[in-house]
Amino acid sequence: MTVTKSYIAKSVENMRPSGIRKFFDLAATMEGVVSLGVGEPDFVTTWSVREAAISSLERGFTSYTANAGLIELRREIAHYMESRFRVRYSPQNEIIVTVGASQAIDIAMRAITDPGDEIIVVEPCFVSYAPLVELAGGKAVTIGTTGETGFKLQPEQFEAAITSKTKALLLCYPNNPTGTQLNKEDLQLIADIVKKHDLLVIADEIYAELAYDQDHTSIASLEGMRERTILINGFSKGFAMTGWRLGFTCAPVKISSAMLKIHQYAMMCASTPAQYGAIEALQNGMTDVESMKKDYRRRRNYIVQSFNELGLDCHLPGGAFYVFPSIQSTGLTSEQFAEQLLLEEKVAVVPGSVFGKGGEGYIRCSYASSMAQLQEAIKRIGQFIDKRQMN
Amino acid sequence: MKLNEKEVEILEILQKDARFEAADIAKMTGLAVTEVADTIRRLEEEKVIVHYATLVDWAKMDNFTGVTAMIDVKVTPKRGVGFDEVAERIYRFKEVSSVYLMSGVYDLSVTVEGKSMNEIARFVSEKLSTLDSVVSTTTHFQLKKYKHDGMIYTSKQQDNRIVVSP
Repeated sequence: MTVTKSYIAKSVENMRPSGIRKFFDLAATMEGVVSLGVGEPDFVTTWSVREAAISSLERGFTSYTANAGLIELRREIAHYMESRFRVRYSPQNEIIVTVGASQAIDIAMRAITDPGDEIIVVEPCFVSYAPLVELAGGKAVTIGTTGETGFKLQPEQFEAAITSKTKALLLCYPNNPTGTQLNKEDLQLIADIVKKHDLLVIADEIYAELAYDQDHTSIASLEGMRERTILINGFSKGFAMTGWRLGFTCAPVKISSAMLKIHQYAMMCASTPAQYGAIEALQNGMTDVESMKKDYRRRRNYIVQSFNELGLDCHLPGGAFYVFPSIQSTGLTSEQFAEQLLLEEKVAVVPGSVFGKGGEGYIRCSYASSMAQLQEAIKRIGQFIDKRQMN
Repeated sequence: MKLNEKEVEILEILQKDARFEAADIAKMTGLAVTEVADTIRRLEEEKVIVHYATLVDWAKMDNFTGVTAMIDVKVTPKRGVGFDEVAERIYRFKEVSSVYLMSGVYDLSVTVEGKSMNEIARFVSEKLSTLDSVVSTTTHFQLKKYKHDGMIYTSKQQDNRIVVSP
């Protein structure tokens, strides 16, 4: 009998594909592309971390770990989170090691979402938030931040989006794609509203380690917020370990147990060699993190000033490894700009529009590339803009 | 000499790549171009910046026969001048590319570069071991250079990242 129907779930069929995909497909076919489109560090994981993972394999540590992850790793995470961000979580029952921060977001969403629950998603943001909310059966209510406020979530707009169905606020600072950081005062205003309306916060702090001018403040460290926050962090960005797929959640016992239920059925546990590598990263890897941060900071300063000199307005972001310059002066949409730039000058950037509301008129440029690459990219973007000004 | 944060920052950048121009360093540090240029000039004058050079992998050149030897030298220090006098007598030879005073079983670590093993052998037997203060020498020839001054010579590292990712 022939297949007469689609077996694909409606929710998946209706899901729009990531806008980044299109640029990947186009750029992947071209030679000599200088890419500012990469959302991961250009550093290779520190050798001592790689060596620790290799050694764990040599010693035969190839079995499952506890669902929540190796207890030694969870202890290191607890210590790290307390010393770096002044938040205390019990390694026994409040920390779960996940397959990247992405899986952490997934279990967080699924653990808290009943059908019809609204989750407020602040855009522009990482492309997977809204789809993950929807896969969990919730409704993503998106609000867009703007360049005028440096892409900081404004308390009024947040409060205006709250309805009787709102369950949680999903935050990501330092932010992908804008690099924007919220300081303690900004976060306090948000936290007050969260408490007033008895909401939960899912704080994706994967870029917390990469804050350049002032240290990252975790929203969970604010008074009364620990019990209503799911913290998400991981090793990908700060420790240059993207391919290892290792993240973690920190949350109060009740929420952690709920997430662990999903994690144990859907994932069992994170990769064992990766967990051994991560222990080494936390025990001995901080000097390397500091040295990478120094490089990122220099590149950030370089690229921000260069964009401003080219006439593309660019605010100085406090963290992550992205800048988000405005391309409105060119009269192009962000997608046109990115596409023409790729075809004419072979520089890959990501149009801001793929990151949701507030992203149109901007492009995301990653400075996780060598200075030589950044200099070349700036030169080519300069040519691209010059050509347009002459016409 | 007390160096301030800006000076250290500039030195760190130049130590990684001496070819950065003042204009680029200015952008990287948020300083004015003139300030960067002035700082570099001052650091050069004060010999904090000693020299700019290029790391060359001569092994890439066909028929390259040059050799490098690291020589452990035991010496008798002299009253009043310690090891400095003999170190100076050694580092003045143009064949000598580095001299360090070491802790441990020998005193000076001397790197010598020559066109051939013979040339180095001659240097050691005629020039180095005949110095009054030199008690003994042990010569080690380098067979292959893997990493030098923080740079991996045999690196096959390339950017394996996908071109565009979220």
